[in-house]
Amino acid sequence: MDKLIEQFSLGLFVWQLVLFIGLVLLLKKFAWGPILNSVSEREDGIKDALDQAENARKEMQNLNADNERILKEARAERDTLLKEAREMKETIISEAKEEAQIQANKVVEQAQATIQSEKQAAISDLKNQVAELSISIAEKVVRGELSDQKKQTKLVEDLLKEVTIS
Amino acid sequence: MNIPEIVGAGLIVIGAGVGIGRIGGSAMDAIARQPEASGKIQTAMLIAAALIEGIGFAALFAA
Amino acid sequence: MYRHQLLKTFSLFLLFVTFSVTAQEHAEEHSPEGRDIKTEIKEYISHHLLDSYDFSLFSYTNDAGEHIYVGAPLPVILWDGGLQVFSSSKFHHGETVAEVDGNYYKVFHNKIYKTDAEGTITLDDHHHPTNTKPLDFSITKNVAVIFLVGLFMFFMFSRMAKSYKTNNLMPKGMGRLLEPIIMYIRDDIAIPNIGEKKYKKYMSYLLTVFFFVWIINLLGLTPLGVNVTNNIAVTLALALITYLLTTFTANKNYWKHIFWMPGVPVPMKFILAPIELLGTIIKPFSLMIRLYANITAGHIVLMSIIGLMFIFKSWIGSPLSFGLAFALALLELLVAALQAYIFTMLSALYFGMAVEEHDDH
Repeated sequence: MDKLIEQFSLGLFVWQLVLFIGLVLLLKKFAWGPILNSVSEREDGIKDALDQAENARKEMQNLNADNERILKEARAERDTLLKEAREMKETIISEAKEEAQIQANKVVEQAQATIQSEKQAAISDLKNQVAELSISIAEKVVRGELSDQKKQTKLVEDLLKEVTIS
Repeated sequence: MNIPEIVGAGLIVIGAGVGIGRIGGSAMDAIARQPEASGKIQTAMLIAAALIEGIGFAALFAA
Repeated sequence: MYRHQLLKTFSLFLLFVTFSVTAQEHAEEHSPEGRDIKTEIKEYISHHLLDSYDFSLFSYTNDAGEHIYVGAPLPVILWDGGLQVFSSSKFHHGETVAEVDGNYYKVFHNKIYKTDAEGTITLDDHHHPTNTKPLDFSITKNVAVIFLVGLFMFFMFSRMAKSYKTNNLMPKGMGRLLEPIIMYIRDDIAIPNIGEKKYKKYMSYLLTVFFFVWIINLLGLTPLGVNVTNNIAVTLALALITYLLTTFTANKNYWKHIFWMPGVPVPMKFILAPIELLGTIIKPFSLMIRLYANITAGHIVLMSIIGLMFIFKSWIGSPLSFGLAFALALLELLVAALQAYIFTMLSALYFGMAVEEHDDH
């Protein structure tokens, strides 16, 4: 231990301290700082690239899923469109049929109504003519019947009899 | 150096040697048991050995 | 077959060893300066472990018997009632007295003392000089190496930082090699110990200390003869920075755990407070001692083994000590990195303790 203390040289100690601290500071500024920064930058770069690749892969997957979904949707839409069209066609046809039926019915009804009224008119006309004819026949008959007194009285009596009866 | 100092130095060296040897042996055992932890074991071994060595040298200089 | 060869090699080896031992005995008998070589090696090693005022790579004695040093002198900076700056060549490697503005200085045991014109050093009973010691801020060999390593690191890492900008956030050249180390310090030292949120402000210090200690340790293994981290002053400075950073960035929770440990009885709190307080100083102290002692021990052992070559002056002792030195040098390469790692790791651990948030124990 004594030998150690004897050997100790203050000058060397001071020089070593000064030179070494100077070296640390210089290297920190010109070497370690830039080297460590570059290395961590590079490591970050590699990490980023890996992350990006991973992201791209995920995105690709998403894109694929999207595509499939869109395709499915399109297919479904086409199906619904077709279905709707079919339904529409059916409704149009059935509506047209109904309309036609109604129209036909109406025409038939009108025709029947016209026929009915024509028939009535013809019947009433016939009736009038029959009545006139009957009246004129009855006039002629009555004129013949009521030519003598006796016959007239008898008629009245008959009529009266009938009246009482009814 | 006179005789007691030399004997003392010898004893110190024996003690330190046994200590470091035991550390090394235990570390070998530990590495054999858990090869995956060899890095950590080596570090711990070196530190322990360095501490014993430091004490040994301090004693040697005192002797 | 294989066993046969092994047996053969082993018997050959034994043969060599016996030979070399007998050869060594032979050499010692015949050369009276064998003991001198040992002391010379010892002196050389202790000299190598010390700092010096000039940058000498090696020295030799020429034919005329003069000691020739190969290297460069460095500036000596003293504060002795005024700033004194002169070249270390004036000391002639500690052999002569340097005269500057009427003041005389001499190097004694690797320290500069003020002397008279003859360079007399008076010693007290404990062999300590009683001469006055001027404040010494010289650019010694270690200071020069620290400065050069700092410069080298600055250029290397700032170039690396620039290469990121021009090369699409990728490093170029050396940066390819250094980036994993930087990442290791960030991901395996700083983040697990300090925590995800707060590690950033310590990164500069941790990275600098790791590379600084590592490069300096490796330089210590080269034949340049520099050895910076086996100076207690250097490791003290590093440990002091760790200590100051820990102390000044610590949060309330850290101080609470030191002075008023939660979850223990009140009398225990009074006992624990000084222990914990002492612990805060022991931690950086152990950092300092560990680095110093490991590197010093490594150098001493390595150089002693190399020195054995000169003691066994035999044809087998030298290769043997060369092989041993080679194996040890490989081990020291590991130790150089390991000590840098441990220093960084423990610093991170202490920072982590200082900024720990949770209060659950």
